[in-house]
Amino acid sequence: MSTLTVAKALGAGLRRAMTDDDRVVVMGEDVGRLGGVYRVTDGLQAEFGPRRVLDTPLAESGIIGTAVGLAYRGYRPVCEIQFDGFVFVAFDQILSQLAKMHARTGGKVRLPITIRIPVGGGIGAAEHHSESPEALFAHVAGLRVVSVANPQDAYTVLRQAVACDDPVIFFEPKRRYHLKGEVDLDPVEPLPMDRARVVREGHDVTLVTWGGLVGTALDAAVAASDDGVSVEVIDLRSLSPVDHDTVASSVRKTGRVVVTHEAPRQAGLGAEIAATVTDRCFEYLEAAPVRVTGHGMPYPPAKLEGHYLPDLDRILDGVDRVLGRVEPFVPRAVPDAGSPGEAGGPAGSVRTAEAVAR
Amino acid sequence: MPSEPAVRTGPTAATPPKAQNGHRAATPRDARADRKNVAHDVRKDVREDERTDVPRQDPGDGASTPTLRVLTEDGTRLPDPELDRWLADLDPAAPDDGARETARTTLLRLFEDMVVARRIDAEATALQRQGELALWPPLLGQEAAQVGSARALRDDDFVFSSYREHAVARVRGAELVDLVRVWRGVAVSGWDPYAIGMASPQVIIGAQTLHATGWAMGVQNDVDAGRVDASAGLPVGVAYFGDGAMSQGDVNEAFVFASTYRSPVLFFCQNNQWAISEPVALQSRVPLAERARGFGMPGVRVDGNDVLAVLAVTRAALDRARHDGGPTLIEAVTYRMGPHTTADDPKRYRDAAEVEEWTGRDPLARFEAYLRSVGVLDDAEAARVQGVADAAAAELRAGCVALTDPPPLSLFDHVYAEPHHALERERAEYAHYLESFGDGEGGDDGAGGPGAAGDRAASGTGTTATGVAR
Ligand SMILES: Cc1ncc(C[n+]2csc(CCOP(=O)(O)OP(=O)(O)O)c2C)c(N)n1
Ligand SMILES: [Mg+2]
Repeated sequence: MSTLTVAKALGAGLRRAMTDDDRVVVMGEDVGRLGGVYRVTDGLQAEFGPRRVLDTPLAESGIIGTAVGLAYRGYRPVCEIQFDGFVFVAFDQILSQLAKMHARTGGKVRLPITIRIPVGGGIGAAEHHSESPEALFAHVAGLRVVSVANPQDAYTVLRQAVACDDPVIFFEPKRRYHLKGEVDLDPVEPLPMDRARVVREGHDVTLVTWGGLVGTALDAAVAASDDGVSVEVIDLRSLSPVDHDTVASSVRKTGRVVVTHEAPRQAGLGAEIAATVTDRCFEYLEAAPVRVTGHGMPYPPAKLEGHYLPDLDRILDGVDRVLGRVEPFVPRAVPDAGSPGEAGGPAGSVRTAEAVAR
Repeated sequence: MPSEPAVRTGPTAATPPKAQNGHRAATPRDARADRKNVAHDVRKDVREDERTDVPRQDPGDGASTPTLRVLTEDGTRLPDPELDRWLADLDPAAPDDGARETARTTLLRLFEDMVVARRIDAEATALQRQGELALWPPLLGQEAAQVGSARALRDDDFVFSSYREHAVARVRGAELVDLVRVWRGVAVSGWDPYAIGMASPQVIIGAQTLHATGWAMGVQNDVDAGRVDASAGLPVGVAYFGDGAMSQGDVNEAFVFASTYRSPVLFFCQNNQWAISEPVALQSRVPLAERARGFGMPGVRVDGNDVLAVLAVTRAALDRARHDGGPTLIEAVTYRMGPHTTADDPKRYRDAAEVEEWTGRDPLARFEAYLRSVGVLDDAEAARVQGVADAAAAELRAGCVALTDPPPLSLFDHVYAEPHHALERERAEYAHYLESFGDGEGGDDGAGGPGAAGDRAASGTGTTATGVAR
């Protein structure tokens, strides 16, 4: 056991993967001499040399495209995209090449490429540095998508991702890089990469989340328990595939589910989970699934991110809603496109059950 | 319409690049080592050959590309028939009284622009250190490249820049406080692009080069449609970007579009030797300007710390674009004296000696020495300029600390141009949620149309933000 931050645990995972397999190469902008802007790859270039830890030209499409070529030749590239907002420059290589190659070649070509991406907000950053694009990747067949939330998973899941013969999008929540925890460097029978984990047991409400919000969700569960509500928290970990079995068995127990994520609600992963829960647990549900998410907008400037990101209060509000403890929000009328002013009721307007617009 | 390139171009196929040391960098580390060697060799040349007395930090494969300059590091004015054509209005010894006075005024304005740029950059860096800004990307060392180029522009040109072009923005007319809004985290852009002919600074490396090109393609359409009078010279789309950006696909695609459509574009690359921790040798084995050749446009390498040379080559390239000559790539060779941003620690990746060396090529000191030598600047005038700079710094600081957090519901204000029922519902829902905290904020506002909510909520922002969020 060692006590490591998430960032250090990721570095340790990479170091181990590179030691175990000399075909593992690390590539990205500033990952070599600087050790990455979050210092995840600190010391790796000194240890493994500049051919295995490559400072690449400033070209994300180039990073992924050449990783595809390296993988064709039997290498296992671990690519770092410096920030979430910069992965889109490489989107074509990821979607059209990386994700499809195995199917395209009838299984002849495997591309065991891991793409590490610092993800999410809550750090007061400039534009393009706080994005949560997981749904965009989870929608793409051929990719696996994971998000880690603690040092042990950072270490273990990263090694599993590197060892996996499929391409893996590996999200690292920025606001948890400095979180410290005990890490077993030789875990026996670790949970498979594609499984969710119940991180707190409870029996009234299932709260599903991942990455940067796991800590907030746990805090919310503690606060709810002070209030006599027992919340079960699931760290989804794998966003593609989603471990619906774990979620469903929890919801069968609690009858209520709240999903919270930083990304906007529309077509987010919360929709996928809510739909599958409804599908698989319909007769167990006591209330409609509730989503607590970012708003449907580009990530806001730093001084407003507190109003964008789900926080303790908003998650608790979601828990209250799924328990029917607060009056649901009901717009006064469904506005039509021509009259935005019609949206929402004025303060104190009577909200009745007949207002079924929701 | 002159169809001749008005500026010297890079080497042609007839002058193939010389192989350096007979080998190529096998790895990035080798490339770094090569770069050191080459830089060292070039430094030796400096003493021997005045005309190539310029920092050349690129590997030497294409050493045939001259780096243009008219001011030496000690401020001596070198005559240059080609560049002097573009500096005729800047002759402090012009026989004509009026011309001499104009020259004096223009030279002093360039100096003042640079001094102010450096001063407000230092002030913003200090504001970041004091917690008033979240981050700041300093321009220290790049004053001449930015001021010299920006002062060559016309009002109807349009600039598409990266995040470091503070001096360009000021020259274009941005208010000082507008420079820090983004970095304080209160807005995602600082100014109205149409008000000053400059787009919101771009963070996605290189993306803006395509925007400048598209804007210039629009100028060509406007000429066809009779909306722009070509005889006045075309307005030019100007892209500012870095040496690192040269590797991006977008930038290379912009070169292709602009060149084959012969669009009025100026590609202004500030080669400040570094892309965060990566030396320029990792982006290119040849001087960046030489890339232009392959795209079918002229490439010009200029000493980016020589404000007069920058002004001259920019004027020439703009003139070419204005008269249907198409795009030009200018590589301004300069140096990022500070960290990449205030969050960066350059000691991890570059030698103090290198920084030291570039300190000796300071763009301000050089220009000041020149101005003093020709009698344009004296102590009194220098003090006046310093006063202007200090006042600008004070204005920046006052404006910065007065910037309050935006009201919560302003979040929803500008996502769409047209009414959007789904987002309006979200706005109302969030207002309803804020209202549940019972501090009287949010609910009413949420019911209002776009804009109304944010504006009215403005008064009570601070309390709402703290009361609600934590
Ligand atoms: C597409 C993209 N990839 C990565 C980054 C992260 N990043 C920000 S600045 C920078 C270096 C840019 O170097 P250069 O183009 O030379 O400009 P300079 O910062 O030196 O002005 C990098 C890698 C980014 N902003 N956009
Ligand atoms: Mg640079």
